Amino acid sequence: MEAKPAQPYWNPYVAGFGLGLVLLTAFVVMGRGLGASGAFASTITAGLNAVAPGHVAANPAYAEYLKEGTTPLKDWLVFEVLGVFVGGFLSGLLAHRVTRTVEKGPRISTRNRLIFAFIGGALMGIGAKLARGCTSGQALTGGALLNAGSWGFMIMVFVGAYAFAYVMRRQWT
Amino acid sequence: MMAPFFKFGFFGDNLGLVVAFLVGIGFGFFLERAGFGSARKLAAQFYLTDLRVFKVMFTAIVTAMLGVYYLSVLGVMDLSLVYLTPTFLAPQMVGGLVLGVGFVVGGYCPGTACVGVATGRIDALVLFLGIFAGIVGFNEFYPMVSGFYNATEMGQLTLPQVTGLPYGLLVFAVVLMALGGFVGAEWVEKRMAARKAEG
Repeated sequence: MEAKPAQPYWNPYVAGFGLGLVLLTAFVVMGRGLGASGAFASTITAGLNAVAPGHVAANPAYAEYLKEGTTPLKDWLVFEVLGVFVGGFLSGLLAHRVTRTVEKGPRISTRNRLIFAFIGGALMGIGAKLARGCTSGQALTGGALLNAGSWGFMIMVFVGAYAFAYVMRRQWT
Repeated sequence: MMAPFFKFGFFGDNLGLVVAFLVGIGFGFFLERAGFGSARKLAAQFYLTDLRVFKVMFTAIVTAMLGVYYLSVLGVMDLSLVYLTPTFLAPQMVGGLVLGVGFVVGGYCPGTACVGVATGRIDALVLFLGIFAGIVGFNEFYPMVSGFYNATEMGQLTLPQVTGLPYGLLVFAVVLMALGGFVGAEWVEKRMAARKAEG
């Protein structure tokens, strides 16, 4: 727990510029962009492959994350997401924002907020699998490359969220 | 041409993983600085009280887009070597819709949930478990959905190819659209603040 008050967040345009430079660095150095959901899929495949390798090999949705002669965890996105944890923690620590808390509006109980968090996460997992990427891999990365499918995806993310915002208003406002 | 460095063989896979970790640190740092470790800050986008999700995302997209464009025009970077996720339009649009609903229900997306977990948010940790459940559920039912998942395959497809317009013109159009969006976002935030002040 931090005794010092949390510092204000950065100006969004400054933070966005920094984020854009990180993305550009990934393009220039590696020839690929950022991502997150792929790391989740690799981690699941590695875990399941340790206990039920036959089940993993028989299903192409898992098998595409298998690697010849090594673990699915030895993967670019897995290492990148480990970095996201470290970078997020460092930033939060320096700004006194690391706190054990539940983010929610004033009109919802903690229990219900956590139930919605789980349901929202499950929808995220399904959506990211269908779309072959999430907000990082499709919207941000594909958006900057003017990838056609990524722009279709990004528009629909905003459509889905705004269409459902009224239903979820008690959770946030 | 010398970029992307990795594709020109300047270093191998293992050093690539080190680069991944360092890039990830930068990614996580700026996400947290933007306020994206907080579900309330993220959800505010959809209630129009704080439009930083739009502002941060489009500033980042414009920055990286202009960088990639000018590096390729100057002949420094071979854009054809940058990985482009193939387009499967229908499943990607439906996936976006599902993920968008999940965003306002859960309050984070997969990347920002990592930052939420790193800064102690319990709801982000629970959302994490939900993502795992969603992916396992999708994979277990994959044989039933594989038809739709592989529908409308269009290969690697960019907006210049779709529209037939020059790459530079579309880059310019996206910059204009983002600037217009920023002006609109500032206006909406001011109006919402004024409405709140009036009660």
